[in-house]
This record gives sequence, C-alpha cells and structure tokens, in this order.
Amino acid sequence: MPEHTFRVNGEQVTVDVADDVRLLWVLRDLLGITGPKYGCGINVCKACTSHLNGEAVNPCAIPVSDLRPTDEVTTIEGLPATVGRDVDTDLHPMQQAWLNHDVAQCGYCQPGQIMAAVALVHRIVAEGREITDADLDGLRNICRCGTYFRIREAIKAGMAQSP
Amino acid sequence: MSESLGRRRFLGYVLAAPTLVTAAGLGSARAEADITDVVDLNDMLTLAALPTAGLISVEVNQDGTVSFALPRAEVGQGITTSTAMLIAEELSVPLERVRVTLADARPELVFNQLTGASNTTFATYTPIRVAAALAQRRLLTAAATELGSTDLTLTAGVITDRSGRGVDIGALAGKAASTETQRVPVELTSRESFTVIGRPHNRIDALDAVTGRKKFAMDLDIPGALPTMVCRPPTINGTVGSVANLAEVRALPGVTDVVVIATGVAVRAVTFGQCVDAVRALRVTWKPGTAEGKSDETVLRELERAELPLGLPAPTPTVEARFTFYFRGNSALEPNCAVADVRADRAEIWSSLKSPIVARQTIAARLGLPPSRVTVHVVEGGGSFGRKLFFDAALEAAEVSQKIGKPVKLMWHRADDCRQGRTHPMATSRVRASYLGGAVLSYHQRHTSVATDLGHGLGEVITALAAQLPVGDLGFSETFFQLSQTMSYNFGITSRLLNETDKGFNTGSMRNVYSPDVTCARELVVDRLAARMGRDPYQFRHDHLRDDRSRAVLAKVAEIGEWGRVMPAGTAQGIAFHAEYKAVSAALVEIDCRPETVNRPIRDGVTGPRVTKVVFAVDVGLAVNPRGLEAQMMGCISDGIALALTSSLHLRDGYFLEASWDNYFYTRQWNTPLELEIIVMPSTSETPGGAGELGVAASMAAVACAYGRATGTMPTSFPINHGTLSFTPKPTVPPIPASPTDGLRHA
Repeated sequence: MPEHTFRVNGEQVTVDVADDVRLLWVLRDLLGITGPKYGCGINVCKACTSHLNGEAVNPCAIPVSDLRPTDEVTTIEGLPATVGRDVDTDLHPMQQAWLNHDVAQCGYCQPGQIMAAVALVHRIVAEGREITDADLDGLRNICRCGTYFRIREAIKAGMAQSP
Repeated sequence: MSESLGRRRFLGYVLAAPTLVTAAGLGSARAEADITDVVDLNDMLTLAALPTAGLISVEVNQDGTVSFALPRAEVGQGITTSTAMLIAEELSVPLERVRVTLADARPELVFNQLTGASNTTFATYTPIRVAAALAQRRLLTAAATELGSTDLTLTAGVITDRSGRGVDIGALAGKAASTETQRVPVELTSRESFTVIGRPHNRIDALDAVTGRKKFAMDLDIPGALPTMVCRPPTINGTVGSVANLAEVRALPGVTDVVVIATGVAVRAVTFGQCVDAVRALRVTWKPGTAEGKSDETVLRELERAELPLGLPAPTPTVEARFTFYFRGNSALEPNCAVADVRADRAEIWSSLKSPIVARQTIAARLGLPPSRVTVHVVEGGGSFGRKLFFDAALEAAEVSQKIGKPVKLMWHRADDCRQGRTHPMATSRVRASYLGGAVLSYHQRHTSVATDLGHGLGEVITALAAQLPVGDLGFSETFFQLSQTMSYNFGITSRLLNETDKGFNTGSMRNVYSPDVTCARELVVDRLAARMGRDPYQFRHDHLRDDRSRAVLAKVAEIGEWGRVMPAGTAQGIAFHAEYKAVSAALVEIDCRPETVNRPIRDGVTGPRVTKVVFAVDVGLAVNPRGLEAQMMGCISDGIALALTSSLHLRDGYFLEASWDNYFYTRQWNTPLELEIIVMPSTSETPGGAGELGVAASMAAVACAYGRATGTMPTSFPINHGTLSFTPKPTVPPIPASPTDGLRHA
C-alpha cells in the first residue's frame, strides 16, 4: 500500500493507505483525529472544515495523495497553536468568542464552524476591511440546531480579539 | 408568588453505599398526582415517571465532585447544564464540580428514560433537587460531628463554622454515607432564595464542543469496531432481491465484510471512504418498497380522502381554508449511527438514543438474546429534532455485528439519512371559523396526516395509562394530538380532530410534532378573521386570548417589535401565538419579499424572501437557565423559518428526491434574521414548563403571516418554495454519491 506523508497540527505523519482515500477518513479512521466531523461527504455541509496551509478546506473532498510532505493540515485540535497558544490548556480567540457567546448546542458542526470563521476573518483582515452581513451570509456551514445568529455574533467578537 | 413550606417538603432516600448517595423519593411523597389532574401530554409523561422517579440518585465523591447519571439524552438542548444547575443550587456546590453523565438504558426506570415532548426539565425538576438537598443535609450533619458545631454554612462546596474552620464536602463524602438505606424528609430551597436556578449560565459542555474534544458515537474508539455503511434501495423501504457481485466487492481495498441485512447490503471496511466506494460498487437487484409509485400528488389525494368532515357550514359568515404541508426531514447533522459489539452470549451498543429502554428490548429480541445480556450506552448526540427517538442505526449495527461476528461502527450516508430516514409526515389542515358582528362563534380544524410513527416508547406510555386518561378510546396519535393541542383563543365552539392515513413511510415526531402545522394554519385563519372583521391582527389576538400570561407575551413582542410600524411595500410584519408544554410564546417577524431580495444570488441555495427580524417572547413558568432557553428559542426560530419558506422533501416515484444539504434547504446563514431579540418573561410559576420544541410553532406561523401580509395573499402550501425544484436530483443507483476530489480547488 502506498505511503503518504504530510503534517497535521504541527507533526509529520505518514499513513499507509490507498491514494484515493479522502483526508477526512485518514484523519478520523486512521489517525484518530475526530474534531472534523462527517455531515455529508460531498463538500456541502462543511462540518469537516479544516485548514490546509492556513486556508479553509474540506477534507471529505481531498484524496490523501494530493498532499505533499510539506503540507500543513490544521484541525480544530491544533487551532490554538496557530496563534502560539498551548493546545491542551489555551484557546484560539475565536474559540473563546464561541464560549463567551455560548454558541454550541449539540456541538457537532461547531469545530467546522470555528475553522471556517477563522479562515473568513483571516481573509477579511488581509483585505483590510470590516466584516459585513454579506460575508457572514456567505458562510455555507450547516448548523441544524440553528445557532446561526450566535455564530454571527461570535465571529464579530472573535475578529475584534484576533491577533 | 410565595411558595409555602408544605409545598417544599419531600421524602428522599439515603442509599446504602461507601460514599454519600442520595435519591429522590417522590413515588411515596406527597407529590402523588391525582389522575384527574391530567390535562396535557407533559402531565401524562410526568405521571408515568412518578413511581420510579425515586431511583434518580446523586453521588458525592471523595474528590469533592458530585456525580449524576441523567436518565435522558443530551442532543444539544442543554439539559446536562440545567440539571447541573439544579444540583448546584440545592447542594451549594459550584457548577464546575457537578459531573452530569448520561445513564445507560435502565429498564427498571420503565417510562422514566424517554427524552421527548420537551418533558425533561418538567419531569426531573423536583426529584433531582430532592436528592441534592438531601445530600446537602447529610453533609452538614457529618460536618457538625467533624467540627463540633451545628452553626455551619455550606458555600462553594466547603462547610465552614463560625470560627472559619472549613471542611470540603469531598472529605465528608465517606462520613456522610450510610450503611443502610433510609427514608428521610427534606426541605427544598425556596424560589426566593435561588442563587443558581433562574440565572443565565453558559453550557457545561461548551469547552469540549469548541475544542473538538466532545465525543459523539462515531468518535468513540471501540476496539475492532470498523467503519460500516449500508447499500440501500432506490425506493423507500425496498428490500434486497439478489446481489450480483458480493465476492468482487469483498475483494475491494480495505473491505473486510459484505453481508445482506434486512435493510440492504452492509459493508465493513478500514475507512468510511472505502465503505462509500464499496456501497457504490455493489450491483443489487431490489424488491419494491412500501411507497412504490407514490408522489406528492398521490399522497395529497389520499389525505383528501381521509379528511374528517367539518359538518354543515354555519348560517353566519365564515372563513374557510385548507393548507398543505409537504414531507419534511428531521435529519440531524450527525447522521443515524451506532457502534455495536455483538457476541454469542451478549451485546453492547453505543448510540445517541432518546428511548434506550425500548431500543434495548427491541435489539435483544432481534438478536435472540435475553434483554439482560444487552447493554445500551447512551452517547451524547449531534442533534435530534425527534430523529433519535428511534434507533434505526442501532438495530442495523446489531444485526450486522451479529451476522459477521465482529464489532461495527455503522453510519448512514447523508443521502441515506434524507431518503430512507424518518420524516415529518405530509399533512393537510382544513379550518372553518364563523363569526358575527364582533364575535367569533366557532372554530373547527381537521388535521389529516400521513401516519406518525410513535413506536419508540411513547406508545407504551399511552398504552399503560390509556384507561386512566380523559380521552376515551383513542389511538396513540389522536391521544398525542389531543393532549398536545390547545385552543388558546376564545372562539366560541371549537373542535380539532386528527385523522391519519398511510403507514408506508418512515415517519416520526419532528421537533414540535403536529403543532407547527396546526398553529400555522390557525394563525393564518386568525389573520383572515381579523381582516374580515376589520380588526388589527395584534389587537384581535390580544382581545381573544384566554389569559393574562398569554396576553403578556403577545403584548411584549408587539411593544419590543414596534408592531404596526410603517414598512416599505413588499415587506411586512407578522405576529403569532402558541401555547404548549405549560408554556406560552409569541413571535413577531419582519419579512422582505421584494424581488431584489427574493432573487439575490446564492450558489446552490434557496434564497427567497428573507426574514430580517424576529422578536420572540417566551414564558415557560420558571426558566431554570434563561440563557439556555434563549438558545432553544433561537433554534426553534431557525426551524420555523425553514418550515415556512424553504425546507421540504419532494416525493416522486416512491422515493424522496433530496439527498444532500444543498437539496434539503434547512435555514442557512443567508436565511438568518439580521436582528433577533428573545425575551424571557419573568417567572410566573413555581415549576418549569417545557421548552426544547416550544418556539417552532409560533415562529413558523409568524413567518407565514408576515409573508401573507407582505404579498397580500394568504399562503396555503408549505414551505412556500415547494413548487419550485431548486436542484438536480441525484441518482438512486448507486444510492450514495461519489466522494468529490476537488477539495483543494473548492472550499
């Protein structure tokens, strides 16, 4: 079986699996990283949203063979480290904003929501502008508990606190 | 309202155990309800739970934490947090010290382990407090011996005497324990003295949720339980005829097993990705299902035939209307899933289950094992909305595990969850109201629905109490309907009847069950009545509501939402009211139906009219956690918007066309109101009502009423966009779509 090497949450990993297995299943079923969730498997619901080299991606739609050894995958488990914080004891400002706004209900979609929010804020900060309702309307992540309003509030607060 | 001491005195139990364990003794305390007090569904469920409620126990641990295994399912509604608050209040410990877990299936609880009908807080409010209060009393007694003083205070988990000497409750847990079970009277904290109950608290499981540490069933690491999926039929409940290429699929990369089961062909593999590929590779000949050839149109004709007569029209002026509500899916974001490890002489199941006792019985019967050999663990669920009242995946997982002799981690694909999963049944509601001068003389409603499957335990509750209920010889569904629906307006002679038809669909109780449709129809007719009678919709409702509590929530949304403010053409307000679960609620909605809004572009999404603002007022009697209650109402509003405007299943040729979240249009960010205000009314009762589902009905109805007022036409078919198919249906063979490969280019 072919070997695939890439980086996950700051560590180099090598997995032995067929080329076409999607990254989501490599993370969940082989590496035991269960923060990214399955909600559709066809890049629609966005519950598995993670970052690849800092950009939001959906691992359910990435064959593992697409990854290079230098590619850095960040899941919700590794998010605090992207701002120099300890993943075991600290939070990314967006996670803290989520806590402050008591966003999560069942919590199933929330890792993906937070990863999408962080990527959105990165983009807006890079463009040097304020966040708009249209930006928030553009988020595609499903929350079947319907926490959308608190998500919007948390993103605005998290953006204000983000480094 | 002051609560008398007598109403706060209960009997609890100290159980024989090495550490302090206390339990509620309601079954033998004064709270024995008179059956004639039974007036609604919550009463019935609470009553059914009473004889065994004493088995709910609180344990004080040596490390100073307090444990409680909640015999309910947490699926996002926040009941672990509100339960921890009850314990923190009566035991005087910080919330952080309370550990609430979910109890395994406990058959001795009989009816007291069904999570449904927004009944959890209502039914457990007193028993949990009794157990916690008794634990506090035992700890104080133990501390008195320890410190040589009876002048003690318990604050933040530490008992202190006047000199300031303190001892942690953890150090007293063993000393306060009992070697024999004793029955002890205990007094609960008065409402005026509450410091935890009634104050907003964030959720105790939020940190786990935002860090990805929260474990759902598919996140559990059960040894040997490999990913498993099922190749399902192209039509609803079809069955396997034959499989042409079993050996070929068994040889695919990663695949360990392929086996025919009752619902399809199961495949087990090293990864779910390989399960998807194997399911797609199977060549199966299918036998017909239970809805062959049926479509929206044929079911509508069935409903018309099943409709109960409204009787002769009154000689006075009448308003009459018929409303259609299409099938809707109650899929949670976490699809149906379960882990099963079935051995020759025993079985173990892990799943999010709202009726674990019935699940255990049914699984044991299917496996041919005594129920005592089946352990069912209740895992925290990724949403329910009624879906997890059933245990379809757990039953399948058990069957597969038994057939192949290996543990399995079974999950439905999203397409399976849409097409073969439970639905809110299609229904019609016909309403006739008569009036004369300024008075409404009569209101009659005939709700006709595809049968709702209540075979998840609620049926057993109704059966057990049927002879005692004041509803005569009605079936489960009609009993449920009558117990859950109330007539909130003074509308003269009223009647409401349910008739059901067609058991060929996989249905279930979707959040708020009958009420969103029934209330939506009623509130639209109320608007029409008001118009005919020349009255303002708000004032008309206010004048006809039956009690102060109801009028107060309606007046609150009218005031905060500035009812009647001037708005541009194509936009409007709508207002609606709903009472259930011993609670009252009102919604004021503003909607924008102007073409530039309706036609705003969103890729693969339904935009349509936008609800721009919602003001919602809720009075649940006593709100244990106002912050959690607001969260539940927010979710209910998202549901109500979807039910009114965008979300439905299209039935064609015996299957549902939807197979994706970009087919089934639940509310998305682009449908979310930009302004939202939820008002939790001051407590009007000593006890909490239900809340988890409460807000859906008024929200859906207010959106429909606002749409009607913005467009000048009363909508009669829901959701509004059902007539336009806004996607290209995915194939049914293979039953699930291929995994995409463009993730690097398409986020």
